[in-house]
Amino acid sequence: MNTTQTLVALWTLVYKEIKRFTRIWPQTLLPPSITMAMYFIIFGNLIGSRIGAMDGFSYMDFIVPGLIMMSVITNSYSNVASSFFSNKFQRSVEELMVSPMPNWVILSGFVLGGMARGLGVGAIVTVVSLFFTRLSVEHPLLTLLVVVLTSALFSIGGFINALLADKFDDISIVPTFILTPLTYLGGVFYSISMLPTIWQSLSMLNPILYMVNVFRYGFLGVSDIPVLWALAAIAAFIIVLFIIALKMLEGGKGIRS
Amino acid sequence: MAEPALSIRGLTKVYGNGFNALKGIDLDVQQGDFFALLGPNGAGKSTTLGVVCSLVQKTAGQVSIFGIDIDRDFANAKYQLGVVPQEFNFNQFEKVIDIVLAQAGYYGMPRSEALPRAKQLLTELGLWDKRNGGARMLSGGMKRRLMIARALMHRPKLLILDEPTAGVDIELRRSMWEYLRRINQDEGTTIILTTHYLEEAESLCRNIAIINHGEIVRNTSIRELLAELDTETFLLDVAAPLSQAPVVEGFEVGLAEPTQLSLVVHRGQEMNRVFNALSEQGIKVVSMRNRANRLEEMFVSMVSERTQEARA
Repeated sequence: MNTTQTLVALWTLVYKEIKRFTRIWPQTLLPPSITMAMYFIIFGNLIGSRIGAMDGFSYMDFIVPGLIMMSVITNSYSNVASSFFSNKFQRSVEELMVSPMPNWVILSGFVLGGMARGLGVGAIVTVVSLFFTRLSVEHPLLTLLVVVLTSALFSIGGFINALLADKFDDISIVPTFILTPLTYLGGVFYSISMLPTIWQSLSMLNPILYMVNVFRYGFLGVSDIPVLWALAAIAAFIIVLFIIALKMLEGGKGIRS
Repeated sequence: MAEPALSIRGLTKVYGNGFNALKGIDLDVQQGDFFALLGPNGAGKSTTLGVVCSLVQKTAGQVSIFGIDIDRDFANAKYQLGVVPQEFNFNQFEKVIDIVLAQAGYYGMPRSEALPRAKQLLTELGLWDKRNGGARMLSGGMKRRLMIARALMHRPKLLILDEPTAGVDIELRRSMWEYLRRINQDEGTTIILTTHYLEEAESLCRNIAIINHGEIVRNTSIRELLAELDTETFLLDVAAPLSQAPVVEGFEVGLAEPTQLSLVVHRGQEMNRVFNALSEQGIKVVSMRNRANRLEEMFVSMVSERTQEARA
């Protein structure tokens, strides 16, 4: 395929993915905004007013970046996992496999589709948060960079999950038993400085902690961990996982007999 | 001589469970041909086509499409290829028009070019009125036609159809045959199909390969194959019921039903002798037909011979 044809193919796949999740918006875009509004009301307003300041900020201001990041992570991941697995399940993945599209285009198409949903939901949650607090962004470019990178990383993760999955249950195991606990323990609702030393050290093994903290740094200018180190770690994870996903796709893992 | 549309050499496929689905098959399909790949269930037809379409990974062997080795330049080879699989493999929740446009996009065809092509194909296949409906709302026959339209969007030179008319009613089957004949004759598209309807292969195809137990057992023209047909069985409906089969010297005559005789005719035998003998015995024949499609008779005997050999 020449460059123009490759771009047409990539856009076709991205457009199809965007169309898919916007067509079913009551399942994809509406629930996260309602859930997050609940978080803002209950944790931010009702409970947060009794918690007081966290790292020098009101509790509401503290949790907003974490909750935005949480929606971006879960939506990026689940979009790609469910969409690609549905393609496998309905065998429409064969449409892609018989086409001359390179594997990296197929992977990128799904990842960009997942990012579109993750970032879209992130934007909706940000708008919802404006009803509860006044957001100020200390480092806009860094904030944008880290949310885009995180969305890409978890979209790739969702793709790998879908490739490995044999049944629908398999695409809900990782979000339920790994992603959600790691997100909740990743400093969304608290600063790790509140934890005993041993738990602080263990928390440093949680990759989501770095993403939440850098994102929060972008908003508030405070972070529990070094920002550049965290950015480098996210970028490294993206490269490694992209290569793994591509190799699995080239090897026909889960899609070719 | 032009490169074959499809050339297969020593194609072997051993699945993970150790099942040897293809045992080093060789096959050539010439450009412009209308070719049938026949075989019983599990013989290796779909595996062969799966390798050609990249849905199945081969264990060994070479496959070239219009001279392009799929191991060297699969992307370019895929441009020459359109695939209509046996199972419905499109997203049932998408609109008909979106399915065909997306397929064109995967081949790098810009929307400005894809739209008129989609209109042409969907119109020819009687689906234009359904373009904005969900694919799941289509009947089985319409879904098959949708897969043909999708496969033709990028103007492939080789069209592969795996059981294209399975579950399709007779009228629709005939119209699909007409359409396939037209694109083969008028547009020069090489067509390979697998089918269980041997009448379909006899009616449409010029050349044929029969595959059984992962091996090509015959690869010839339909005409040559039929010329080898040694016997044909006919069913003769008689006017009055019979209690036993009449004896006709030199012929095998059986009583299929009280009012129906089965007659085995070997090549070179004159059927007039049968009618004369029956007439002398006061038996009036009111109608006659082949018991089975001629090709089917040969296919069944060939496959069962091989199966017995394999068991021996």
